[in-house]
Amino acid sequence: MKRVLLLCAAALSAPALAAPIAITGATAHTARGEEVIQNATIIIDNGRITAIGAGLPAPAGATVIDAKGQPVTPGIIAVPSDLGLTEVGGVRETNDGSARGAPFSASLDMASAINPASLQFAIYRMAGVTRAAAAPDPGKTVFGGQGALVSLAATGPTLIRPRAFQFAEFGQNGARLAGGSRPAAYAQLIHLLDAAKRLAANPAADVGGEDEGSLAKRRDVEALLPVLKGEQLLMIHAERAADIREVLKLKVRYPALRPVLVGAREAWLAAADIARAGVPVITHSLYDLPDDFEGLAASRNNAGILQAAGVTVVLGPLGGIGGTTPVNLPGYAGNAVGQGLIPGGKGLTRGQALASITANPARMLGLTDTGTLEVGKRADLVLWDGDPLELMSTPTNVWIDGVAQPMTSRQTELAQRYKTLGRTDLPLQYPR
Amino acid sequence: MYSNYLLATAALALATAGVAKDKDRDKPAAAAPADVVRIGKDPWPSQYKPYPGQTTVIRGATIYDGTGRRMDNAMIRIENGKVAEIGQTVAMPAGARLIEAAGKYVTAGIIDIHSHLGVYPSPGVDAHSDGNEATSPARPEVWAEHSVWPQDPGFSRALAGGITALHALPGSANLFGGRGVTLKPVYGRSVQELKFPNAPYSLKMACGENPKRVYGSRNQLPSTRMGNIAYARQLWSDATAYKRRWEDYTKRAEAGTAKPTDAPRRELALDTLAGVLSGEILVQNHCYRADEMANVISMAKEFGYKVTAFHHAVESYKIADMLKAEGICSAMWADWYGFKMESYDGIRENIALVDAAGACAIVHSDDANGIQRLNQEAAKAMAAGRRLGLAITPEYAWTWLSLNPAKGLGIADRTGSLEVGKAADVVLWSAEPFSVYARPMQVWIDGALMYDWGDPKRRPIADFELGQPGEGEVK
Repeated sequence: MKRVLLLCAAALSAPALAAPIAITGATAHTARGEEVIQNATIIIDNGRITAIGAGLPAPAGATVIDAKGQPVTPGIIAVPSDLGLTEVGGVRETNDGSARGAPFSASLDMASAINPASLQFAIYRMAGVTRAAAAPDPGKTVFGGQGALVSLAATGPTLIRPRAFQFAEFGQNGARLAGGSRPAAYAQLIHLLDAAKRLAANPAADVGGEDEGSLAKRRDVEALLPVLKGEQLLMIHAERAADIREVLKLKVRYPALRPVLVGAREAWLAAADIARAGVPVITHSLYDLPDDFEGLAASRNNAGILQAAGVTVVLGPLGGIGGTTPVNLPGYAGNAVGQGLIPGGKGLTRGQALASITANPARMLGLTDTGTLEVGKRADLVLWDGDPLELMSTPTNVWIDGVAQPMTSRQTELAQRYKTLGRTDLPLQYPR
Repeated sequence: MYSNYLLATAALALATAGVAKDKDRDKPAAAAPADVVRIGKDPWPSQYKPYPGQTTVIRGATIYDGTGRRMDNAMIRIENGKVAEIGQTVAMPAGARLIEAAGKYVTAGIIDIHSHLGVYPSPGVDAHSDGNEATSPARPEVWAEHSVWPQDPGFSRALAGGITALHALPGSANLFGGRGVTLKPVYGRSVQELKFPNAPYSLKMACGENPKRVYGSRNQLPSTRMGNIAYARQLWSDATAYKRRWEDYTKRAEAGTAKPTDAPRRELALDTLAGVLSGEILVQNHCYRADEMANVISMAKEFGYKVTAFHHAVESYKIADMLKAEGICSAMWADWYGFKMESYDGIRENIALVDAAGACAIVHSDDANGIQRLNQEAAKAMAAGRRLGLAITPEYAWTWLSLNPAKGLGIADRTGSLEVGKAADVVLWSAEPFSVYARPMQVWIDGALMYDWGDPKRRPIADFELGQPGEGEVK
């Protein structure tokens, strides 16, 4: 057994044995403010960025990649996503994000289901996504369970942090899950968190039954302890400004709580309060329709107004936008820039937009050694063939922990197979 | 106010009567009209009237005219609702408004061939769920226009995205979903005030997972793909017999040997199908998989009708040569895939590969948000094609957004490209329109300025949004 473990460890640290990589002639968008380093050299060794600067010489023996002036950015971090949990959304048996019939909720641990063989890994990776938060979709109570952080490295390791955050529903989804109203959702939320509070004070406290109908399960209450103590983020989906303010008030009741607002279409109406509370917001740059009665004020100005108020803004591949996918995160960030160019529009600068999909999610998730191009950071890098936020640009190279990633997927194989049609000596399904 | 309303109603009645008279005039001279019962072709005619426009010249822009042509530092004159002149220089009539547009772009308006605006309006509450008459696998008697809420806030957002026409379709729960209607994103008090004048109707059909899931879960036909086809074939057979009955009756009535009471009973469902069989109604067919599209093509041949476009068509790239040979368009997303089993093989090169095979490629939205930036979807599709080695220019890719959907809707003689005499459905862009940073600055429909990014008085606010948080904000 020990021998097997040692072998694994050797395999994992394989990049350490590889020669250093020097990316030269790059336009480095570091995701530190508006910083752009022209003619940058980025040196990668042992999976980390060991040097970055204009015109640095490549070390002897290094593998040199000439960027030819093209942009290099930090890897994109997709949060929240269903990566590794869902293969085909409409095929129930391939979907492990939600468990409507389960007796448990907050204790459901997404790490137990992450499937590194999911073909989504390759598709997202080719688009420059290097890390992701695999989040549950609450199906039983307002709490959905504990999300995991994953790396998209083709050779693994995939799971980089289990139980990194708890995910909860507030607003109308929470109301539906809890029995039909917002007060019911609120009651369920505080019932479980209060139980965790009692458990924290007294480990022998009776905080939950084991029968089907019990209002709390001990296992779920235990899972909320790190949330209560602020050791684990609490991502809460809330859209309406009033719901958002209720979430902020939870910090009064549970002082250590570290909420993150998800969705937050109407957050711009409460931007100053959110900023004062120091609560990050994960939203989408393209929400602009009154899709429902909790998003009546949805506006593409949301991200820009929040940013200006001092809120940490993360753009996520959230639902409510048809076809939303982590693949398009750079485009969503680019659209946030575009919004600022409209008369009366509030948008992000290019630096802020890039940070909203790299540095900000990294900081929010506590992935402190990722998210920017800086010495000492993990070498999660993307080399692009044009402006990274433009729709027509695509990565030409992706490195994760300093390891060059394959740039093929099942999709590229399909395209190659059907690129040329017409009858051949054997059906297309024979390798050519 | 009240008397105005009465006047308007009277005007509508007159307009309707006028249309009826025109129809009468079109009938064969030999017939005795009073004695022949006929099925009206357009009983709910458009009451859309172009809004007043000003003669406008846009100077210095780069123009993508929608036919695939690009003109740099060019000019266009909009006059009397039409494209009056386009080229390197155009005449500048006295009193015309001049827009200096150096560095800006002008394109033909975007046409979305697949929208559910109006039938699934915002807010998306159950009370607004009017897109699927999922009470039978075949409901060709329902018309999307009778579900359209002309106050859908989504129309204003689509307009701001450069949309100048859209096709509102029933959903895909049914094999035969009902008739689709072509609209302009112009608010009105009735759907008829949004209707694109004299645009052909469509029949929304669907294959694959949706119908078999919806009805199979109720333990009724169809629960399988073979059930889908069997059900549809029976209905086409019924429609053929129905059409024959009416043709037989009409022939006899025109010969004076049939009385009006001999006319067959009208079946509204079969009216629609007979309209397809006679080529007046265009089939817009939701279908994902290549093999299922091939089955539908065989079915269409068996019963003598034509599929105008496959919608979603995520596997069109596998049969692009077949689609070219059959003259069938594909209306596609740029990159949606994998959300259901039948979309598992979606690839980003789909649109470009269909186009490269010489088949008709269209970028569609099927989404109240996506309709706002079809230019961005086309940009992604073009880039994917280029990476595969296909040479595609932006001006050419614009045909996926304007002329091809216009063809797919049977309105290409009037819109879809900036050619002299066609409708002035025009968008002025702040930058190259395939850039993520570009936005429509101004949008003209039939020569009327209906949207201006810098003028709140040219940005409509739907009734629903009045008094709501965020009313009138830049969205």
